[in-house]
Amino acid sequence: MVAERGEHGIDFDEPCVARVYDYLLGGSHNFAVDRAAAERFSARVPDLAAGVRANRSFLRRAVRYLTGLGVRQFLDLGSGLPTAGNVHEAAPGARVVYVDHEPVAAAHGRTMLADVPRARMLAADLRDVDGVLGSPEVRDLLDLSEPVGLVMVGVFHNIGPDEDAPGLVRKYREALAPGSHLVVSAATRDSGDGFDWAERQTLLVDFHTFRRAEVAELFDGFELVDPGIVHLTRWRPDMAQPSDELVAKLPTVAGVGRL
Amino acid sequence: MARGSAVDGRRTRFAERWARAVTDETYVPMSSDELVRYLAGLADRIVALHAPGEFPAEEARQIGAALVHANITGPIGLGRTLALLADDPLTARAGTAKRRLEVQSALADGFAAALRDRTLAEQESIRLALVDARRQAEKALSASQARFQAVFAEAAIGMAVLDAQRRVVDANQALADMLGHAPTDLTGHDLGEYAHPEDADAVRSAVDGLLSGGSAPVQVERRFADADGALVWGRVTLSAIETPAGQPYAVAMIEDITERRLLELRLEYQAWHDPLTGLANRELFFARLGELLSTPDPDARVGLCYLDLDGFKVINDSFGHEIGDGVLVAVAQRLDLAVRRSGGLVARMGGDEFVILLDKPTAPDMDLTWCAEQALTALRPAVRVGGRELTVSASIGIVDRPIAGLTTADLMQAADTTLYWAKSDGRGRWAVFDPDRHAREVARYTLAATMPAAVEHGEFVVEYQPLVSLESDRLWGVEALVRWRHPQLGLLPPDQFINLAEETGAIVPLGRWVLQSACAQAQAWQAIAGPDFRVSVNLAVRQAHEQDLTEEVAAVLRDTGLPADRLVLELTESAIMGPAAEPLRALHTLAEMGVRLAIDDFGTGYSNLAYLRELPVHALKIAGSFVSGTPTARRTSTDPVDERIVATLVELAHALDLTVIAEGVETDEQAARLRAIGCDVGQGWHFARPSGPAAITARLAAEHHR
Repeated sequence: MVAERGEHGIDFDEPCVARVYDYLLGGSHNFAVDRAAAERFSARVPDLAAGVRANRSFLRRAVRYLTGLGVRQFLDLGSGLPTAGNVHEAAPGARVVYVDHEPVAAAHGRTMLADVPRARMLAADLRDVDGVLGSPEVRDLLDLSEPVGLVMVGVFHNIGPDEDAPGLVRKYREALAPGSHLVVSAATRDSGDGFDWAERQTLLVDFHTFRRAEVAELFDGFELVDPGIVHLTRWRPDMAQPSDELVAKLPTVAGVGRL
Repeated sequence: MARGSAVDGRRTRFAERWARAVTDETYVPMSSDELVRYLAGLADRIVALHAPGEFPAEEARQIGAALVHANITGPIGLGRTLALLADDPLTARAGTAKRRLEVQSALADGFAAALRDRTLAEQESIRLALVDARRQAEKALSASQARFQAVFAEAAIGMAVLDAQRRVVDANQALADMLGHAPTDLTGHDLGEYAHPEDADAVRSAVDGLLSGGSAPVQVERRFADADGALVWGRVTLSAIETPAGQPYAVAMIEDITERRLLELRLEYQAWHDPLTGLANRELFFARLGELLSTPDPDARVGLCYLDLDGFKVINDSFGHEIGDGVLVAVAQRLDLAVRRSGGLVARMGGDEFVILLDKPTAPDMDLTWCAEQALTALRPAVRVGGRELTVSASIGIVDRPIAGLTTADLMQAADTTLYWAKSDGRGRWAVFDPDRHAREVARYTLAATMPAAVEHGEFVVEYQPLVSLESDRLWGVEALVRWRHPQLGLLPPDQFINLAEETGAIVPLGRWVLQSACAQAQAWQAIAGPDFRVSVNLAVRQAHEQDLTEEVAAVLRDTGLPADRLVLELTESAIMGPAAEPLRALHTLAEMGVRLAIDDFGTGYSNLAYLRELPVHALKIAGSFVSGTPTARRTSTDPVDERIVATLVELAHALDLTVIAEGVETDEQAARLRAIGCDVGQGWHFARPSGPAAITARLAAEHHR
């Protein structure tokens, strides 16, 4: 039971992925143990922070793109701490349900979102599709007969090879209305030359990577929007072209598909 | 406007340089354009700070704070911002040097203060989130603990948590009730203390075994004792648990199964005991016997007395089953008491049959015959049941056998046989099994059982013994005598199987076959035999009493073609007399058909001379015992009394116009004496032994030609 609690970072002496992520984004929603863990990771993977920022930036661009299309509600699966630049900030006025199974992320989400009428935090495992879709948070806030932005950014590395990631996406897809969109970013094995994933895997427990074709499979039933599945930083960039060096160091692809 | 657009251009370039300088350290949640616009707005406010007049320090600090609000929070972000202010044309020479220094200081102050505020706020917020998450988890944990506590406390099954020394750490009410203590009284005590003394070690070692490695749950059924010492049967399920700190505990769940156990014991008792008398029942007897018979000791013996009440059916029929049951109960008690000292097992086998099984008597003189005597003596005084005084007796078969090669079935058969012997010898006594007698009876029984098949298989043969005229010395006739050519026992004379065949009824088909054979043979002799040559065939009692005797004889005569007057049927006096001591009607019919009748062994039975007048009898056969003078070999001289009997018989027969045939003539002297008396026909070794038909044929042929 102690070990179980530690996994979720309820104790001060156990790091928590959501808080480490926050630190790498420049936030202070973290403790010494989280910062120490982040520094330990960064020492081995110097571009870790850049990768985290690139992911958050892709999320912002994708959400802005969807709000431009008229999508007014989002389901963010595996959201982590809903801090700097999260969905409800990128899409003011939209209805957002964040889902994370880390107790601290969930508790913090509840606190932070207490004053945000259109955003809720749901403490649940995204793999429990029925539990997520049947929760009061989703049923009260989202109208599944209207288009929904289904956000699955930086979550697939937590889904094991035997857990049928495409099947998981399909279950969510079947509950969504036409005009809904799937937003995905996923670490890949074949997009970055010379990147040592093995080393990264020793740092992050159970870090699963995908082949680009496997990422494409996630979009079964969706129609990929331009520019398709591309490097994370090259999906509709809103700043100067990222350097090729950064592209090589971040073996992560992203894409948006329309139902 | 031209000047204005030049200022605009400088302002935009400043914002762009600024944006590039601050975005590679923290995440700024804006697009490039948005950030440039945001920073351009701040640039305008920075330019305004340099205007002459009093320095608006608060405005400068708010600009610093605005950076933090855009998530530009890294130390590099601030440093680069200050460097940009010192370097860029837009600000490098704006205002006085003093003012520029004031702007930089105030901006840095505002940044630091905002960052500090934000950091503290975020720290507070995440700490609260952590506390909240912990509280939630603890709430869930305490809810689950409360649920467990409720289950533990309220469970109907007894439960205890034991430490590694088997000491009770916590016990619930159900367990306390079961053991007759308060739950807190159990705390600190070894669970083994509450076990029945004989089971304490087993309970202790079960717990120890579980905690010393075997993590699989253990289930045992053991006895416990409550505070008053009363026995409690518990089904104990033990499972191991470990605290987060790694301390091993055992959880014992103890279900009170005393009721079930007692029921099982009662059912087991019922399964092995006779409900009426309380004695061991036949199942227990056979189980015990089976144990004794499987003893490996080659010299071991097993003995039993098989006891059956004499005439118990009369008691039941006369006084009813209630009285009968009362007698059985009384008998059972007496038997049990009578032989108890011998160490034998008294069982009721059913009905009025009892058995005393004795393998090793407690004393040498308390053997099976002692038991039998004790039993008979115990039954001698009258039994008082339902206000009646009833006398009972019993017969006992005693069997004492070595167990080597003995089966239960053998032993019980021997017991049954011996009991039968005792009964046949008269009531109220015991008989001891005699293996030789038993073997003879078995052999006889086996012979009887195989006889019908032997008739069909043609194992019997007919021999013929001449009947010789004492006057002419010629063949008067022959007597057909049957022999059994037994495949294992060889040629058996009639005295070894005829009585047996009479008993079993096999005589009927056998006799029919002999009659058929003899008549066929006699018909064959017709051609060479004289007109008064006859064949005699014995008719057994059973045959004589057959309903269709006359039809059968008629059919044989018809089939063989033998004239009826050439057939003599020999009957004993007992065969002649019917059930009502009247001569059989069938004999008259046979005589009317022309068949001749002879009375066999005349004078040995209850010779009723009266019927001789009424019966259509043609001949008398005088038993050999009168002829030889005496059945014993001791006396060789002629007995004058016998001789006068024979003479009287001959006189009597002749008075009735009957032919007299003397059997058992063995000597010339006997033959001469019989001839002198006037006897008509002789039969015996003196004349000829029984032989196959060929010898008779030869003799007939010789006489024919004479």
